[in-house]
Amino acid sequence: MSSFGTRRDYSLTGASTPHAHAAGLVSANWYQTDIPRKTMKALMTRRDAPAIRDTLLWLALLVLFAGLGYLSWGTLWAIPCFVAYGVLYGSASDSRWHECSHGTAFKTRWMNDAVYQIASFMVFRESHVWKWSHARHHTDTIVVGRDYEIMAKRPVQIARLIAGLFGIPQTWGTLKSLLQHAGGDLNSEERNFIPLTEQTKVIRYARQTLLVHAAIIALALHLQSFYLVMVIGVLPSMYGVWIAFIFGLTQHAGLPENVLDHRLNCRTILMNPVFRFIYSNMNYHTEHHMFPMVPYHALPQLHELMKAELPVVYPSTFSAIREMLPALLIQTDNPEYDIQRELPQRSATDHQPAQHPQTA
Amino acid sequence: MANWIEVCSLDEIDPEDVMRFDHNQHSWAIYRCPNGEVYATSGHCTHERIHLADGLVMDDIIECPKHNGRFNYKTGKAQGAPVCEHLKTWPTRVENGLIFLNVE
Repeated sequence: MSSFGTRRDYSLTGASTPHAHAAGLVSANWYQTDIPRKTMKALMTRRDAPAIRDTLLWLALLVLFAGLGYLSWGTLWAIPCFVAYGVLYGSASDSRWHECSHGTAFKTRWMNDAVYQIASFMVFRESHVWKWSHARHHTDTIVVGRDYEIMAKRPVQIARLIAGLFGIPQTWGTLKSLLQHAGGDLNSEERNFIPLTEQTKVIRYARQTLLVHAAIIALALHLQSFYLVMVIGVLPSMYGVWIAFIFGLTQHAGLPENVLDHRLNCRTILMNPVFRFIYSNMNYHTEHHMFPMVPYHALPQLHELMKAELPVVYPSTFSAIREMLPALLIQTDNPEYDIQRELPQRSATDHQPAQHPQTA
Repeated sequence: MANWIEVCSLDEIDPEDVMRFDHNQHSWAIYRCPNGEVYATSGHCTHERIHLADGLVMDDIIECPKHNGRFNYKTGKAQGAPVCEHLKTWPTRVENGLIFLNVE
Protein backbone atom coordinates (compact mmCIF):
# COMPACT_ATOMS: atom_id res chain seq x y z
CA MET A 1 0.00 0.00 0.00
CA SER A 2 1.37 3.40 -0.91
CA SER A 3 2.18 5.68 1.98
CA PHE A 4 2.22 8.78 -0.26
CA GLY A 5 0.52 11.71 1.44
CA THR A 6 0.25 9.88 4.76
CA ARG A 7 0.58 12.32 7.65
CA ARG A 8 3.20 11.27 10.16
CA ASP A 9 2.45 11.60 13.84
CA TYR A 10 4.97 14.16 15.10
CA SER A 11 3.36 14.56 18.51
CA LEU A 12 5.40 13.48 21.52
CA THR A 13 2.53 11.47 22.93
CA GLY A 14 1.29 9.71 19.81
CA ALA A 15 1.94 6.55 17.82
CA SER A 16 5.48 7.46 16.73
CA THR A 17 6.83 7.75 20.25
CA PRO A 18 6.71 4.05 21.25
CA HIS A 19 8.07 3.16 17.81
CA ALA A 20 11.02 5.51 18.36
CA HIS A 21 11.69 3.79 21.69
CA ALA A 22 11.40 0.34 20.14
CA ALA A 23 13.73 1.27 17.29
CA GLY A 24 16.43 2.39 19.76
CA LEU A 25 16.22 6.02 18.62
CA VAL A 26 15.60 7.54 22.05
CA SER A 27 18.59 8.92 23.98
CA ALA A 28 20.72 6.85 21.62
CA ASN A 29 24.44 6.91 20.98
CA TRP A 30 25.15 9.15 18.01
CA TYR A 31 28.14 9.06 15.72
CA GLN A 32 30.90 11.37 16.96
CA THR A 33 34.14 12.39 15.30
CA ASP A 34 37.10 11.38 17.42
CA ILE A 35 38.77 14.55 18.66
CA PRO A 36 41.53 14.42 21.31
CA ARG A 37 40.41 15.46 24.79
CA LYS A 38 42.89 18.34 25.08
CA THR A 39 41.75 19.76 21.74
CA MET A 40 38.09 19.44 22.67
CA LYS A 41 38.71 21.11 26.04
CA ALA A 42 40.38 24.03 24.28
CA LEU A 43 37.46 24.31 21.85
CA MET A 44 34.87 24.20 24.67
CA THR A 45 36.66 26.87 26.72
CA ARG A 46 34.37 29.81 27.37
CA ARG A 47 35.27 33.43 26.59
CA ASP A 48 33.32 36.62 27.16
CA ALA A 49 35.09 38.86 24.65
CA PRO A 50 33.65 37.54 21.34
CA ALA A 51 30.07 37.53 22.60
CA ILE A 52 30.39 40.96 24.27
CA ARG A 53 31.77 42.36 21.00
CA ASP A 54 29.01 40.75 18.91
CA THR A 55 26.24 41.67 21.36
CA LEU A 56 27.31 45.31 21.55
CA LEU A 57 27.52 45.48 17.76
CA TRP A 58 24.07 43.87 17.48
CA LEU A 59 22.51 46.28 20.01
CA ALA A 60 24.24 49.29 18.41
CA LEU A 61 22.87 48.30 14.98
CA LEU A 62 19.39 47.89 16.45
CA VAL A 63 19.57 51.41 17.94
CA LEU A 64 21.00 52.81 14.68
CA PHE A 65 18.28 51.39 12.45
CA ALA A 66 15.52 52.19 14.94
CA GLY A 67 16.81 55.78 14.91
CA LEU A 68 17.04 55.92 11.13
CA GLY A 69 13.55 54.44 10.94
CA TYR A 70 12.29 57.19 13.24
CA LEU A 71 13.99 59.93 11.23
CA SER A 72 12.71 58.56 7.92
CA TRP A 73 9.21 57.72 9.19
CA GLY A 74 6.63 58.52 6.53
CA THR A 75 9.12 58.35 3.65
CA LEU A 76 10.22 55.45 1.43
CA TRP A 77 13.59 55.50 3.18
CA ALA A 78 11.86 53.99 6.18
CA ILE A 79 11.41 50.70 4.29
CA PRO A 80 15.09 49.67 4.08
CA CYS A 81 15.60 50.92 7.65
CA PHE A 82 12.86 48.65 8.96
CA VAL A 83 13.97 45.73 6.78
CA ALA A 84 17.40 45.97 8.42
CA TYR A 85 15.91 46.56 11.88
CA GLY A 86 13.55 43.62 11.45
CA VAL A 87 16.36 41.24 10.50
CA LEU A 88 18.33 42.33 13.55
CA TYR A 89 15.28 42.12 15.83
CA GLY A 90 13.49 39.03 14.53
CA SER A 91 16.36 36.98 13.02
CA ALA A 92 19.65 37.89 14.72
CA SER A 93 17.89 37.50 18.08
CA ASP A 94 17.02 33.91 17.13
CA SER A 95 20.66 32.83 17.00
CA ARG A 96 21.46 34.81 20.18
CA TRP A 97 18.57 33.04 21.86
CA HIS A 98 19.97 29.75 20.62
CA GLU A 99 23.57 30.27 21.69
CA CYS A 100 22.58 31.52 25.12
CA SER A 101 20.18 28.61 25.60
CA HIS A 102 23.25 26.38 25.36
CA GLY A 103 25.06 28.59 27.88
CA THR A 104 28.05 28.77 25.56
CA ALA A 105 27.96 32.31 24.16
CA PHE A 106 29.52 33.97 27.21
CA LYS A 107 31.82 32.71 29.91
CA THR A 108 29.89 34.71 32.52
CA ARG A 109 26.65 32.99 33.29
CA TRP A 110 24.53 36.05 34.08
CA MET A 111 25.41 37.49 30.69
CA ASN A 112 24.19 34.29 29.01
CA ASP A 113 21.00 34.37 31.06
CA ALA A 114 20.34 38.08 30.43
CA VAL A 115 20.81 37.86 26.66
CA TYR A 116 18.78 34.64 26.63
CA GLN A 117 15.79 36.38 28.23
CA ILE A 118 16.08 39.48 26.02
CA ALA A 119 16.42 37.39 22.85
CA SER A 120 13.55 35.10 23.90
CA PHE A 121 11.33 38.16 24.20
CA MET A 122 12.46 39.46 20.82
CA VAL A 123 11.78 36.18 18.98
CA PHE A 124 8.48 35.84 20.88
CA ARG A 125 9.46 32.51 22.33
CA GLU A 126 8.79 31.22 25.86
CA SER A 127 12.21 30.94 27.42
CA HIS A 128 11.54 28.05 29.82
CA VAL A 129 9.56 25.94 27.35
CA TRP A 130 12.18 26.33 24.65
CA LYS A 131 15.07 25.63 26.98
CA TRP A 132 13.61 22.20 27.57
CA SER A 133 12.39 21.57 24.04
CA HIS A 134 15.82 22.46 22.71
CA ALA A 135 17.48 20.02 25.08
CA ARG A 136 15.19 17.34 23.64
CA HIS A 137 16.05 18.47 20.09
CA HIS A 138 19.69 17.76 20.89
CA THR A 139 19.00 14.41 22.52
CA ASP A 140 16.77 13.07 19.75
CA THR A 141 17.51 15.24 16.75
CA ILE A 142 14.80 14.90 14.07
CA VAL A 143 13.47 11.71 15.66
CA VAL A 144 9.75 11.57 14.91
CA GLY A 145 7.69 11.37 18.09
CA ARG A 146 10.51 12.79 20.23
CA ASP A 147 11.82 16.02 18.72
CA TYR A 148 9.51 19.00 19.34
CA GLU A 149 11.41 21.32 16.98
CA ILE A 150 11.01 19.65 13.57
CA MET A 151 10.23 22.52 11.20
CA ALA A 152 9.33 20.73 7.95
CA LYS A 153 6.90 18.07 9.07
CA ARG A 154 5.90 15.58 6.37
CA PRO A 155 3.95 15.71 4.19
CA VAL A 156 5.30 19.22 3.84
CA GLN A 157 2.75 22.02 3.71
CA ILE A 158 4.22 24.72 1.47
CA ALA A 159 1.59 27.29 2.49
CA ARG A 160 2.60 26.82 6.12
CA LEU A 161 6.26 27.35 5.26
CA ILE A 162 5.44 30.54 3.35
CA ALA A 163 3.40 31.76 6.33
CA GLY A 164 6.41 30.92 8.50
CA LEU A 165 8.50 33.46 6.61
CA PHE A 166 6.22 36.11 8.13
CA GLY A 167 6.13 34.50 11.55
CA ILE A 168 2.40 33.77 11.36
CA PRO A 169 2.23 30.15 12.63
CA GLN A 170 5.00 30.80 15.15
CA THR A 171 3.28 33.89 16.61
CA TRP A 172 -0.14 32.26 16.66
CA GLY A 173 1.32 29.17 18.34
CA THR A 174 3.14 31.20 20.97
CA LEU A 175 0.10 33.35 21.66
CA LYS A 176 -2.12 30.31 22.22
CA SER A 177 0.58 28.74 24.34
CA LEU A 178 1.07 31.87 26.48
CA LEU A 179 -2.66 32.08 27.13
CA GLN A 180 -2.83 28.42 28.10
CA HIS A 181 0.21 28.72 30.37
CA ALA A 182 -1.01 31.97 31.92
CA GLY A 183 -4.18 30.06 32.79
CA GLY A 184 -2.03 27.59 34.70
CA ASP A 185 -2.05 24.72 32.22
CA LEU A 186 0.57 22.99 30.04
CA ASN A 187 -0.25 20.71 27.13
CA SER A 188 0.51 16.99 27.28
CA GLU A 189 3.54 17.27 25.00
CA GLU A 190 5.13 19.99 27.16
CA ARG A 191 4.52 17.84 30.21
CA ASN A 192 6.47 15.17 28.33
CA PHE A 193 9.71 17.18 28.26
CA ILE A 194 9.39 19.79 31.04
CA PRO A 195 9.92 18.36 34.54
CA LEU A 196 7.13 18.93 37.06
CA THR A 197 9.39 21.08 39.23
CA GLU A 198 9.96 23.51 36.34
CA GLN A 199 6.36 23.92 35.24
CA THR A 200 5.53 26.76 37.65
CA LYS A 201 8.28 28.84 35.97
CA VAL A 202 6.53 28.36 32.63
CA ILE A 203 3.28 29.66 34.08
CA ARG A 204 4.93 32.64 35.78
CA TYR A 205 6.86 33.57 32.63
CA ALA A 206 3.69 33.45 30.50
CA ARG A 207 1.84 35.81 32.84
CA GLN A 208 4.76 38.26 32.95
CA THR A 209 5.22 38.16 29.17
CA LEU A 210 1.56 38.81 28.44
CA LEU A 211 1.63 41.76 30.84
CA VAL A 212 4.67 43.26 29.10
CA HIS A 213 3.10 42.89 25.65
CA ALA A 214 -0.19 44.34 26.92
CA ALA A 215 1.75 47.30 28.35
CA ILE A 216 3.51 47.91 25.00
CA ILE A 217 0.21 47.88 23.13
CA ALA A 218 -1.43 50.13 25.74
CA LEU A 219 1.44 52.61 25.54
CA ALA A 220 1.34 52.60 21.73
CA LEU A 221 -2.41 53.28 21.83
CA HIS A 222 -1.96 56.00 24.43
CA LEU A 223 0.77 57.70 22.37
CA GLN A 224 -1.06 56.84 19.14
CA SER A 225 2.32 55.59 17.93
CA PHE A 226 2.54 52.90 15.27
CA TYR A 227 6.30 53.41 15.32
CA LEU A 228 6.46 51.96 18.83
CA VAL A 229 4.95 48.62 17.81
CA MET A 230 7.23 48.55 14.77
CA VAL A 231 10.32 48.57 17.01
CA ILE A 232 9.26 46.47 20.01
CA GLY A 233 6.90 43.58 20.63
CA VAL A 234 5.40 40.97 18.33
CA LEU A 235 5.38 42.93 15.05
CA PRO A 236 9.18 43.18 14.52
CA SER A 237 9.45 39.50 15.55
CA MET A 238 7.15 38.73 12.64
CA TYR A 239 8.36 41.01 9.87
CA GLY A 240 12.00 40.30 10.74
CA VAL A 241 11.94 36.52 11.13
CA TRP A 242 12.27 35.59 7.46
CA ILE A 243 16.05 35.15 7.38
CA ALA A 244 16.08 33.12 10.60
CA PHE A 245 13.27 30.99 9.17
CA ILE A 246 15.21 30.29 5.96
CA PHE A 247 18.38 29.58 7.92
CA GLY A 248 16.41 27.36 10.28
CA LEU A 249 14.98 25.35 7.40
CA THR A 250 18.43 24.77 5.91
CA GLN A 251 19.55 23.11 9.16
CA HIS A 252 17.64 19.87 8.66
CA ALA A 253 14.79 20.16 6.11
CA GLY A 254 14.70 17.51 3.40
CA LEU A 255 17.28 15.36 5.16
CA PRO A 256 16.45 11.97 6.70
CA GLU A 257 14.49 11.59 9.91
CA ASN A 258 15.34 8.90 12.47
CA VAL A 259 19.04 8.49 11.78
CA LEU A 260 21.70 8.48 14.49
CA ASP A 261 24.32 10.48 12.61
CA HIS A 262 24.25 14.27 12.55
CA ARG A 263 26.22 14.22 9.30
CA LEU A 264 23.14 12.79 7.62
CA ASN A 265 20.46 15.01 9.13
CA CYS A 266 22.26 18.37 9.49
CA ARG A 267 23.78 20.74 6.96
CA THR A 268 27.10 22.53 7.21
CA ILE A 269 26.96 25.56 4.93
CA LEU A 270 29.72 28.04 4.19
CA MET A 271 28.21 31.49 4.61
CA ASN A 272 29.41 35.05 4.11
CA PRO A 273 30.49 37.08 7.19
CA VAL A 274 27.26 39.10 7.33
CA PHE A 275 25.11 35.96 7.41
CA ARG A 276 27.45 34.38 9.96
CA PHE A 277 27.06 37.44 12.20
CA ILE A 278 23.27 37.29 11.94
CA TYR A 279 23.32 33.52 12.45
CA SER A 280 26.08 33.29 15.08
CA ASN A 281 27.96 30.67 13.05
CA MET A 282 25.08 28.19 13.22
CA ASN A 283 25.80 27.45 9.56
CA TYR A 284 28.26 24.96 11.08
CA HIS A 285 25.24 23.00 12.14
CA THR A 286 26.62 19.47 11.92
CA GLU A 287 29.52 20.54 14.11
CA HIS A 288 27.15 22.23 16.57
CA HIS A 289 24.97 19.14 16.90
CA MET A 290 27.87 16.76 17.29
CA PHE A 291 29.54 18.94 19.94
CA PRO A 292 26.89 21.33 21.30
CA MET A 293 29.08 22.73 24.08
CA VAL A 294 31.57 24.25 21.65
CA PRO A 295 30.84 28.02 21.60
CA TYR A 296 29.77 29.62 18.33
CA HIS A 297 33.04 31.50 17.97
CA ALA A 298 35.02 28.21 18.00
CA LEU A 299 32.89 26.40 15.42
CA PRO A 300 35.07 27.40 12.43
CA GLN A 301 38.07 25.72 14.14
CA LEU A 302 35.96 22.67 14.96
CA HIS A 303 34.88 22.52 11.33
CA GLU A 304 38.51 22.37 10.22
CA LEU A 305 39.06 19.36 12.49
CA MET A 306 35.92 17.56 11.35
CA LYS A 307 35.59 18.37 7.68
CA ALA A 308 37.38 15.24 6.44
CA GLU A 309 34.55 13.18 7.97
CA LEU A 310 31.71 15.32 6.65
CA PRO A 311 29.74 14.93 3.44
CA VAL A 312 30.53 17.61 0.87
CA VAL A 313 29.93 20.97 2.53
CA TYR A 314 27.46 23.37 0.91
CA PRO A 315 29.48 26.23 -0.58
CA SER A 316 26.73 28.83 -0.07
CA THR A 317 23.29 29.40 1.43
CA PHE A 318 21.90 29.41 -2.10
CA SER A 319 23.32 25.95 -2.81
CA ALA A 320 21.62 24.56 0.30
CA ILE A 321 18.31 26.17 -0.64
CA ARG A 322 18.65 24.86 -4.21
CA GLU A 323 18.92 21.33 -2.84
CA MET A 324 16.28 21.76 -0.13
CA LEU A 325 13.40 23.36 -2.03
CA PRO A 326 12.85 20.57 -4.61
CA ALA A 327 13.03 18.02 -1.79
CA LEU A 328 10.38 19.88 0.18
CA LEU A 329 8.16 19.99 -2.89
CA ILE A 330 8.54 16.22 -3.34
CA GLN A 331 7.79 15.71 0.35
CA THR A 332 4.44 17.44 -0.05
CA ASP A 333 3.29 14.21 -1.75
CA ASN A 334 5.88 11.69 -0.69
CA PRO A 335 6.85 11.78 3.00
CA GLU A 336 9.28 8.90 2.46
CA TYR A 337 11.54 10.95 0.21
CA ASP A 338 14.90 12.03 1.73
CA ILE A 339 18.00 13.72 0.45
CA GLN A 340 20.72 11.10 0.89
CA ARG A 341 24.07 12.62 1.73
CA GLU A 342 27.20 10.65 0.91
CA LEU A 343 29.68 10.16 3.73
CA PRO A 344 33.42 10.10 3.06
CA GLN A 345 34.62 6.57 2.37
CA ARG A 346 36.65 6.06 5.52
CA SER A 347 33.75 6.79 7.84
CA ALA A 348 30.85 5.65 5.67
CA THR A 349 30.40 2.42 7.59
CA ASP A 350 30.40 4.04 11.03
CA HIS A 351 26.88 5.40 11.10
CA GLN A 352 23.77 3.48 12.06
CA PRO A 353 20.82 4.72 10.02
CA ALA A 354 17.46 3.55 11.27
CA GLN A 355 14.27 2.99 9.35
CA HIS A 356 11.35 5.24 10.02
CA PRO A 357 9.32 3.53 12.78
CA GLN A 358 6.11 3.79 10.77
CA THR A 359 7.68 2.09 7.78
CA ALA A 360 9.92 -0.36 9.64
CA MET B 1 32.07 -0.31 55.18
CA ALA B 2 34.78 1.35 53.14
CA ASN B 3 35.81 -0.34 49.93
CA TRP B 4 38.69 1.66 48.50
CA ILE B 5 39.81 0.82 45.00
CA GLU B 6 42.69 2.25 43.01
CA VAL B 7 41.60 4.49 40.13
CA CYS B 8 44.78 5.79 38.48
CA SER B 9 47.79 7.95 39.23
CA LEU B 10 47.13 11.62 39.95
CA ASP B 11 49.23 12.60 36.94
CA GLU B 12 46.81 10.93 34.57
CA ILE B 13 44.25 13.69 35.14
CA ASP B 14 45.18 17.24 34.19
CA PRO B 15 44.48 19.96 36.75
CA GLU B 16 40.92 21.30 36.33
CA ASP B 17 39.89 18.27 34.32
CA VAL B 18 37.89 15.09 34.61
CA MET B 19 38.37 11.44 33.69
CA ARG B 20 36.04 8.49 33.30
CA PHE B 21 36.47 5.48 35.57
CA ASP B 22 34.52 2.23 35.12
CA HIS B 23 34.44 -0.60 37.65
CA ASN B 24 32.01 -3.49 38.18
CA GLN B 25 29.47 -2.15 35.69
CA HIS B 26 29.42 1.28 37.39
CA SER B 27 30.85 4.45 35.99
CA TRP B 28 32.27 7.49 37.77
CA ALA B 29 33.68 10.87 36.85
CA ILE B 30 36.92 11.65 38.69
CA TYR B 31 37.88 15.34 38.99
CA ARG B 32 41.19 16.96 39.79
CA CYS B 33 41.21 20.52 41.17
CA PRO B 34 44.05 22.90 40.33
CA ASN B 35 45.24 22.55 43.96
CA GLY B 36 45.52 18.77 43.61
CA GLU B 37 42.35 17.80 45.46
CA VAL B 38 40.42 14.95 43.87
CA TYR B 39 36.64 14.47 43.79
CA ALA B 40 34.36 11.82 42.37
CA THR B 41 30.73 11.81 41.25
CA SER B 42 28.50 9.36 39.46
CA GLY B 43 29.54 9.27 35.84
CA HIS B 44 26.30 10.15 34.10
CA CYS B 45 24.35 13.37 34.06
CA THR B 46 21.05 13.16 35.96
CA HIS B 47 19.18 14.75 33.04
CA GLU B 48 20.09 12.31 30.25
CA ARG B 49 22.46 9.38 30.19
CA ILE B 50 25.45 11.38 28.99
CA HIS B 51 28.88 10.80 30.53
CA LEU B 52 30.22 13.82 32.36
CA ALA B 53 33.84 12.87 31.67
CA ASP B 54 33.38 14.35 28.18
CA GLY B 55 32.28 17.64 29.73
CA LEU B 56 34.05 20.82 30.71
CA VAL B 57 35.40 21.55 34.20
CA MET B 58 35.23 25.23 35.17
CA ASP B 59 36.31 26.00 38.73
CA ASP B 60 34.03 23.82 40.91
CA ILE B 61 31.59 23.13 38.09
CA ILE B 62 31.28 20.21 35.69
CA GLU B 63 29.19 20.92 32.62
CA CYS B 64 27.50 18.08 30.75
CA PRO B 65 28.80 17.94 27.16
CA LYS B 66 25.33 17.56 25.67
CA HIS B 67 22.86 19.97 27.26
CA ASN B 68 24.76 22.45 29.43
CA GLY B 69 23.57 20.79 32.64
CA ARG B 70 25.90 21.98 35.39
CA PHE B 71 26.77 20.50 38.76
CA ASN B 72 29.11 21.47 41.57
CA TYR B 73 31.27 18.36 41.47
CA LYS B 74 32.42 18.85 45.07
CA THR B 75 28.86 18.72 46.45
CA GLY B 76 26.96 17.18 43.54
CA LYS B 77 24.48 20.07 43.62
CA ALA B 78 22.59 20.68 40.36
CA GLN B 79 22.93 24.31 39.23
CA GLY B 80 19.63 24.69 37.34
CA ALA B 81 17.87 23.73 34.09
CA PRO B 82 18.21 21.36 32.39
CA VAL B 83 19.36 19.49 35.48
CA CYS B 84 17.04 19.29 38.48
CA GLU B 85 18.37 16.22 40.28
CA HIS B 86 21.64 16.39 42.24
CA LEU B 87 24.60 14.19 41.40
CA LYS B 88 25.80 11.52 43.82
CA THR B 89 29.30 12.18 45.15
CA TRP B 90 31.83 9.57 46.30
CA PRO B 91 34.75 9.79 48.74
CA THR B 92 38.25 9.84 47.31
CA ARG B 93 41.77 9.99 48.68
CA VAL B 94 45.23 10.41 47.21
CA GLU B 95 48.13 8.33 48.52
CA ASN B 96 51.63 8.21 47.06
CA GLY B 97 50.42 9.87 43.90
CA LEU B 98 47.60 7.36 43.41
CA ILE B 99 43.88 8.15 43.45
CA PHE B 100 41.58 5.85 45.45
CA LEU B 101 37.78 5.78 45.33
CA ASN B 102 35.46 4.43 48.02
CA VAL B 103 32.83 2.57 46.01
CA GLU B 104 30.69 1.51 48.96
